Amino acid sequence: MPGTRFILNNNLEETGIHPSTTLLDYIRYEANLKGTKIGCREGDCGACTVLIGEPGDNGVRYISATSCLTPLANAAGRHVVTVEGLELSGMNKVQSAMVENSGTQCGFCTPGFVVSLCGFAIQATKIDGPEDVIGSVDGNICRCTGYKSIERACHDIWNSLQHKDTHKPLEWLAENGFIPPYFLKIPDRLKQIQPQARQENGLPIAGGTDLYVQKHDDIDDIPLHYLKTRPTDPPIIVEGRKVHFSGICTVTDMLENRFLSENIAGWYGFMKLVSSTPIRNIATVGGNLVNASPIGDLTIILLALDATIELTSPSGIRILHLKEFYKGYKTLDKQPDEIISKVSFDLPEGTRFNFEKVCKRTYLDIASVNTAISIQKQGKKIISAHCSAGGIGPVPTYLHATSEFLSGKEVSVRVIREAAEVIESEISPISDVRGSAEYKRDLLKNLFKGHFLSLFPEILTMEELV
Amino acid sequence: MINIDALNHVQGKSIYMDDREELKGTLYAVPFDFPVAHARLHQIVTDEAQNCPGIVKVLTAADIPGENQIGGIIPDEPLFAEHEVHFWGQVGGLVIGTSEHACRLARKKIRANYDPLPAVTDPRVAKSKDMLISPPRTFRCGDTAQAWSSCDHIITGRADSNGQEHLYIETQGAYAWIKEDGSVYVASSTQGPTAVQKTIAKVLGLPMHKVEIDTVRLGGGFGGKEDQATPWAVMAALAAKVTGRPVKLALHRMDDMRMTGKRHPYSTDFRIGLSKDLKILAYEATFFQNAGAAADLSPAILERTLFHCTNAYYIPNVSATAWSCKTNLPPNTAFRGFGGPQGKFAIECAIATAARVIGVKPHEIQSANLVKDGDTFPYGQIIKNAEARHSWETCTSGFGLDEVIHEVDAFNRSNFRFKKGYAVQPICFGISFTNTMMNHARALVHVYQDGSVVVSTAAVEMGQGVNTKLLQIASDIFGVDPSRVRIESTNTLRIANTSPTAASAGADLNGKALTLACEAITARFKDLLREELGWTDVIFRHGKATDRVSKNFIMWEELVLKAFQKRISLSEHAHYYTPEIFFDKTKEKGHPFAYHVYGTAIVEVTLDCLKGTYEFDRVRIVHDFGNSMNHDVDLGQVEGGLVQGIGWMTMEEIVYNDDGKLLSNALSTYKVPDIYSVPKVIEVKHLETSGPDLAIRKSKAVGEPPLMYGLGAYFALRHAVLAFNPEAEISFDAPYTPEKIFRDLYKKPVT
Repeated sequence: MPGTRFILNNNLEETGIHPSTTLLDYIRYEANLKGTKIGCREGDCGACTVLIGEPGDNGVRYISATSCLTPLANAAGRHVVTVEGLELSGMNKVQSAMVENSGTQCGFCTPGFVVSLCGFAIQATKIDGPEDVIGSVDGNICRCTGYKSIERACHDIWNSLQHKDTHKPLEWLAENGFIPPYFLKIPDRLKQIQPQARQENGLPIAGGTDLYVQKHDDIDDIPLHYLKTRPTDPPIIVEGRKVHFSGICTVTDMLENRFLSENIAGWYGFMKLVSSTPIRNIATVGGNLVNASPIGDLTIILLALDATIELTSPSGIRILHLKEFYKGYKTLDKQPDEIISKVSFDLPEGTRFNFEKVCKRTYLDIASVNTAISIQKQGKKIISAHCSAGGIGPVPTYLHATSEFLSGKEVSVRVIREAAEVIESEISPISDVRGSAEYKRDLLKNLFKGHFLSLFPEILTMEELV
Repeated sequence: MINIDALNHVQGKSIYMDDREELKGTLYAVPFDFPVAHARLHQIVTDEAQNCPGIVKVLTAADIPGENQIGGIIPDEPLFAEHEVHFWGQVGGLVIGTSEHACRLARKKIRANYDPLPAVTDPRVAKSKDMLISPPRTFRCGDTAQAWSSCDHIITGRADSNGQEHLYIETQGAYAWIKEDGSVYVASSTQGPTAVQKTIAKVLGLPMHKVEIDTVRLGGGFGGKEDQATPWAVMAALAAKVTGRPVKLALHRMDDMRMTGKRHPYSTDFRIGLSKDLKILAYEATFFQNAGAAADLSPAILERTLFHCTNAYYIPNVSATAWSCKTNLPPNTAFRGFGGPQGKFAIECAIATAARVIGVKPHEIQSANLVKDGDTFPYGQIIKNAEARHSWETCTSGFGLDEVIHEVDAFNRSNFRFKKGYAVQPICFGISFTNTMMNHARALVHVYQDGSVVVSTAAVEMGQGVNTKLLQIASDIFGVDPSRVRIESTNTLRIANTSPTAASAGADLNGKALTLACEAITARFKDLLREELGWTDVIFRHGKATDRVSKNFIMWEELVLKAFQKRISLSEHAHYYTPEIFFDKTKEKGHPFAYHVYGTAIVEVTLDCLKGTYEFDRVRIVHDFGNSMNHDVDLGQVEGGLVQGIGWMTMEEIVYNDDGKLLSNALSTYKVPDIYSVPKVIEVKHLETSGPDLAIRKSKAVGEPPLMYGLGAYFALRHAVLAFNPEAEISFDAPYTPEKIFRDLYKKPVT
């Protein structure tokens, strides 16, 4: 097995450590950098956040990522930045904003916040507002401050970025005390590092956000096929009204896609409901689909977009409807050597789409129930509908009967109420830590009505529907 | 002054237990437990684990040289389960190996033979089976039996509040090694170094002077590391003793959540009686505390529930009884507020119920009953310097409660899907350990020959900023720049027999001791200056000692050197104990608190009645800081405490199944507030008060009280739910999760 080469802060690393080692363990125990903290080891606290700089056509693009779920292999050929790598002779702008606003108390989560915020500063564009600075720490949990002091720091950071030169961002950031000057040389230095070839058989792993949670103890013993180490195709291709995601397209790729934002009202808000920034940066659509979680947000969204998936294996390519993919709890119509290489859907002009999700905490939480719908309509008449729901059965569920019932109907209070009864006939929720069966059933019916309140506000009111 | 650790924190340079440089040969330890909440334990089979790669030793109770006992208040808790398993997550022993990973893999090979026994998770069931931690306690004043007849309204009900996971971001852990004479050094992430020292001595069979505990700082504590940091330090020390090598133990998050106790769930029956003019004449409450499987701090927490069962209200006739019920859950423990929040929740539920029955707003009852000077608390302490009315009026008039009510009503009339709710939440919280003997502290101050100063106290820094306050005190008394003073780690060799840093009292007790120590040194300096130079009125300011009469001065460094050359001690170890306080448990009367902290909050929420989800629009608080000695630190405590309280009342839901298995066992299933779920606006106003002498520099304790503003979140939500479903019969069952809200929104009225 070849070694892993990458730049960690200002140092070129070349290591023979097992490539499945988490980046977190490498940073703390091999590189002896203790500023990156262990909080939960499942991507839910952000104490281990690092930046990963990916070389591309427009220079190096930095993303925040949870190092506890990132295989060392995914650092290959990239620039990994920990809090130590952001050090200037004094504090950088982000650090001084956090200090001056008392944004740190016990300090354990603080390096994670600082790294996320520096990542924001590096990638910040003209159109970002203060809410986007706050959004960059949506994956960082602080148990001490109550966040208000951190919000105040975010506002200061936003102010100090107002004159950022977005044509020469790294130069400006270095001159203005956001990042150390060595960042300027990173793009050239990364060009010297060729990503290594990896073995092509084993369990496919992309971002690692699911596998590292599920197989935390055993990952070293599983042969892994690293999907993110090869040069990749563009994550999203739009051909006319047809959208194609590559299998390793990340949630962030989807969130930032212009075509989707322009053609699906509320798209950005829906994507923000999926996990948190550092997870969205590394979690992939293929991973979400094969994980087969009955409440996977992307899966529910793509079911309602009536997506198809392309499965690639050495023996060829197979295309099937996503709604045919799930055969039972965590059981897929997929051979072990097949990988999701593409996810595609049509988005005809005038498609109306909505996504609803309820959990204990609105953001960075797994749904109790989620549901999506896409509709083609003429006036009040539904030409066709695709409706999906999660958390109400063993698989992410395409609601066949409900979708069929709606097609051809005119939207009215009676029709929606009847459709909600159809839903009841095709779901089988169970009680668990995310809610009782009764709650999930009744909640789904309300969320389903919520779709129509969002899509047909001129026709319907909640008062009539519930 | 900004927190003195802030600079290192933002640069990732602050050292926590797990960040300490490792000694060569360090081993790692992982505790193992059994997948059962209650069982008779016959045998633990460790051979297979013992033979796994990298495993040095597997320890069980048989390997303990001293006592297998870690109970603090009551000796009822073994370090390692022996004969019986009392809760799911109880540690059976320890796997020690060359890496944490090897230990975790080997742990899966541990086998145990046991017979499951029925598990009890409900405190009321435990009470009915006489499963109690300690005898019940009753606080009484007046005569409730007599009082009911003079009440115009008598209302009964039940209030349930669930536990709360501390979720310090740094998990529990310790790092131990053996010194040359068989004594043991332990770096422990603990709020109570002496408890750790004492327990290690007991379990290892060592005198206390052979056990050194050192604590630099914690990555969050919140009470979770008061008593429950101890077992992990004992295990690390035991493992070091048995193997002769340094051993580090840092709990994995899921182990931490499963194995450690949390805030106590309480179930409470109440009865409240009011006059026509809304005066509360009588209050009876029976508290069933879910203590878990061992005492831990439960009896002390139970006591504080009783102390705070009337919150900020004067009630002439009270009878409150509390039962500490033993269940098959992890031993529940200290958590910010220490039983006080649970006591206050019950009386607020009683008031909310009464308001609904009578047809008034809850705040009308709250306002009519606030404590005032000269009133007596049910435990006999006469109230002095009450700020309840002052904070209430400043809050409700300053923030315009009338406008809030008007806006909320208008909004609710014109909206169907969204409803707003509000609540006013007064607080009153007593400061001191309720166990009087714990209210003491010591400080050790060395002034070095070059004039630099080092301070040691018993206070443990865990983000609350106590070290910053201590530094302010020392630099101020010596009149030197803060950079001339260092606050050292908390270490049992330098400061012995300490009380834990808890009860919001860390800054008061240690700050007072530090004041005494610094003043003893300056007194010697003044004597010297009088004898040598005839100065009679010396002040220490700006790095100089100045005689106010002659205006002559001497630089601090010069003075220190002069004193040293005159063989005057430049060091002082001072002892402080809180005067005036006492409590007689045989009568349940006394004067247990140095003073009380007051404040009032208005909480506003908007509820989406289609989905049962909600957002807090605004929380505005008038808080009684006394004369705050550090606004930055104190504001952080109020904001952080409030949000933690809101979390407890809303999204933080601990779920055990009937077998006693924790289901909310990770951050993916137990949700604490994130940056998006906190109130959009939090505004905190300082109440202008002089502050009591027993508070450090008249700056009142601030750690715990603000958490209880979070109670208002529950009642604001309840208000919004009732705006949508006015006839619903709804119970009090915190936290008010979206699921419970949804249930109540669509609950049919009882016919």
